[in-house]
Amino acid sequence: MKACVIVFPASNCDRDMKVALERSLGSPVDMVWHRETDLSGYDLVTIPGGFSYGDYLRCGAMAARSPIMAEVVKHAQRGAPVLGICNGFQVLCESGLLPGVLMRNAHLKFICKDVSLKVENANTIFTSGYSSGEVVTYPVAHHDGNYFTDAETLKAIEGNGQVAFRYVNNPNGSINDIAGVLNKAGNVLGMMPHPERLVDPLLGGIDGKPMFDGLVKSLAA
Amino acid sequence: MSAITPEIVAEHGLSEDEYKMVLEIMGREPNINELGIFSVMWSEHCSYKSSKKWLKTLPTKAPWVICGPGENAGIIDIGDDDAIIFKMESHNHPSYIEPYQGAATGVGGIMRDVFTMGARPIANLNALRFGVPEHPKTRHLVHGVVEGIGGYGNCMGVPTVGGEVEFDASYDGNILVNAMCVGLADAKNIFYCAAAGIGNPVVYVGSKTGRDGIHGATMASTEFTADTEEKRPTVQVGDPFTEKLLLEACLELMQTDAIVAIQDMGAAGLTSSSFEMASSGGVGIDMNLDNVPQREENMTPYEMMLSESQERMLMVLKPGKEEMAKAIFEKWELDFSIIGTITNTGRMRLFHGGEVVADLPINPLAQASPEYDRPYVPTPKRAPLAPGDVKAPADCMATIKALVSSPNGCSKRWVWEQYDHMVMGDTTGLGRPGGDAAMVRIHGSQKAIAMSSDVTPRYVFADPVEGGRQAVAETYRNISATGALPMAITDNMNFGNPQRPEIMGQFVGAVQGIGEACIALDYPVVSGNVSLYNETNGQGILPTPTIGGVGVIQDVSKAVGMGFVAQGEAIVLIGATAGHLGCSQYLAEIEGRKDGPAPHVDLVAERKNGDFVRGQILAGAITACHDLSSGGLGVGLAEMAMKSGLGADVEDQSGELPLHAWLFGEDQARYLATTKDAGALLAAAKAAGVVASQIGIVDGKDLTIAGAGTISVSKLSDAHEKWMPDYMAHPDFEVG
Repeated sequence: MKACVIVFPASNCDRDMKVALERSLGSPVDMVWHRETDLSGYDLVTIPGGFSYGDYLRCGAMAARSPIMAEVVKHAQRGAPVLGICNGFQVLCESGLLPGVLMRNAHLKFICKDVSLKVENANTIFTSGYSSGEVVTYPVAHHDGNYFTDAETLKAIEGNGQVAFRYVNNPNGSINDIAGVLNKAGNVLGMMPHPERLVDPLLGGIDGKPMFDGLVKSLAA
Repeated sequence: MSAITPEIVAEHGLSEDEYKMVLEIMGREPNINELGIFSVMWSEHCSYKSSKKWLKTLPTKAPWVICGPGENAGIIDIGDDDAIIFKMESHNHPSYIEPYQGAATGVGGIMRDVFTMGARPIANLNALRFGVPEHPKTRHLVHGVVEGIGGYGNCMGVPTVGGEVEFDASYDGNILVNAMCVGLADAKNIFYCAAAGIGNPVVYVGSKTGRDGIHGATMASTEFTADTEEKRPTVQVGDPFTEKLLLEACLELMQTDAIVAIQDMGAAGLTSSSFEMASSGGVGIDMNLDNVPQREENMTPYEMMLSESQERMLMVLKPGKEEMAKAIFEKWELDFSIIGTITNTGRMRLFHGGEVVADLPINPLAQASPEYDRPYVPTPKRAPLAPGDVKAPADCMATIKALVSSPNGCSKRWVWEQYDHMVMGDTTGLGRPGGDAAMVRIHGSQKAIAMSSDVTPRYVFADPVEGGRQAVAETYRNISATGALPMAITDNMNFGNPQRPEIMGQFVGAVQGIGEACIALDYPVVSGNVSLYNETNGQGILPTPTIGGVGVIQDVSKAVGMGFVAQGEAIVLIGATAGHLGCSQYLAEIEGRKDGPAPHVDLVAERKNGDFVRGQILAGAITACHDLSSGGLGVGLAEMAMKSGLGADVEDQSGELPLHAWLFGEDQARYLATTKDAGALLAAAKAAGVVASQIGIVDGKDLTIAGAGTISVSKLSDAHEKWMPDYMAHPDFEVG
């Protein structure tokens, strides 16, 4: 399996994503600069957290228009997996690969802490390492994680099993406590919490590791 | 060009004597550009003219010190070719005027100081001091400063892992924002500022130059008055996105052999960076200001030289490397412009529109800056305060609760949860904010660094020498309590107006105390910053020499945290308890008194107890450890309990002392430790000549102290966590 991490100007969880993926994969993960235009050869494409373009415009809006994103869209349309975490989630929403938008946190402040999440749908390539209904701890670290969609879209994503994770105690005002959402086909996941930050007991826990282990297993199968 | 009148000289903050020196050095009247350059180079902020004489006395050397004070930041060797580069710097005046941008650019500036030497920043800390909570401006300032620090550090992707937040009336009109950055570099690939190579190109990279921050260094060197807020235009605006690009571009270029010298443009911008590079290298520079990337039209040479626009760097490249370097900066979408050449003239010549607009000798200006031996009066010693002279509280447990829920004793979670403290994936679980010292692993290794910033200004005010020692000792204890070995410090000296002998006396005393502690603890000063004139309308701040300490642990898996670990473990008090209540938090918060002497810091005991605790942690004999400081034993026990949710049963071992003096006295050189085997730990202490005694066990969910009472740990935690969010959520306060 070959995986890569897309790097935009001011991505800053790119190394964290690479480390977590390599830990489960056991082989090197490539960094792909946003101006590149070729993703052939990659099974898994990931978009890391950070502040692409400083988040000076709507978060993720500038990055969604980078040259590489046309390739990410094609990759997703082929049914290949795309994982976006934090800023990566925002980029995926801005690029239309995922429904909904991410607004300012309801309390208007940046928030960095461990939160409890309920795994809503474990029947995906991203969540196969968990069981549905399992409660896990991931950190959040964001200013704009307040997920929102219109009522019709919400009904659709709830009905289709597109909610991957839900907050146990909503930290940001997200509608229906949604922390992570899939596209309809189930091959694109965006989430605000950071599984890649808890893959090492020394760092305070390993609840994020089953996601990457599960991904590697699903894609190897 | 207009003639230089005495009024113009005064506006530039130069005294008559200093202007006489200017005339002597120039051999003629300076033009306005030249005068502006003298003004910023000789400002207190850039020249350290009041403090130099005393700073020189500090111990700065040790076998592990690669670079001491004088460069952008200090450097220590932590083995395996890993170098740690760190410094703390104040951004007090700008943060009071415009809290968000003032704090943000403080964080941006200190990170540039670190990465300009070749290090990737891996941790930030911030020591913040505000006026009393009731002061009408405090909420606004806390809100803006915290958001500014988060806004910059979070975007940079550098974890903000520690610091302090305190309140005191002396900061009502002059808050303190001290930002510390710690970076990791390859010890074989460190960059300095000394320019060299006649004919080599001088290159400007980063953001364009605008009119922001002109005379910021001069502003930082004067007292505040009621109209200070009119100085808002001198505060710079931060752009963390550009700084992140600048960081990546610089580190990428540093992997090549293109750079001869590099210096960030901080205070006094292009002026100080170019003069420092030329002066350190003993060369001259010809600079063509037409090539300076400019954000605004029709900028004058004066404006370009004095602008403090952020996110800019000056470099000297090896010949022939320009195109390769340019390609890197273009990849990162940053300006890259060759603006000058190294010369052998020893002079700084500035060209603009084909004319020479300034021609100054470099060394006399940079090195012969004024140095004052300001008169000082040592702070008089205070009368002793016997424990019996301080009233006992009605209820010691209620007192513990009051102390841990007071503005200065409460949890600062509201603050540090706004900072990304985990990005980069190396902040250890035990080393997250809220413990004794923050801990960040050296990426890809088993090593970690421990960091802590400390000072107790009320002690320094009462006794600058003891207070200076205590600030150093507290960082030493906080680092030792994790199992790490304290290696070196950075000092950020925040004081009032040095032209007042009693303020200068505080400064001199604090430097003496810091120096003594550094020697006794083998813990040198490798970098620092001085911020004087922290006064508003003649009212000085409490003297606040903030110390940032850095230590190293070779095997991070051996580190311990401060929370109780397991029921039934023994709690051991290490260090001697004499019930010192002078200047204590108890006296201030409960009795409303600020009298009595500062606690004495026995540096021999600090060293011995610190070495003992660290050794026992590394040997696996201690399961949790916490240093005792403000609030003494009572607060220390409560903090260990709240961190874990576990309670304790504690004996009354006050003996001859009143119980409240035993519980709340602030005797130094003390730790609380938990252990599975109290007998072995006490025997080891005895063998090492360290005072230690088991005072209780970890038990249940309540904190019980014989003779004092019981309180549930969850109630303590609720109170501890409540004050700060409640205060900031005040209905009269609108987020703006």
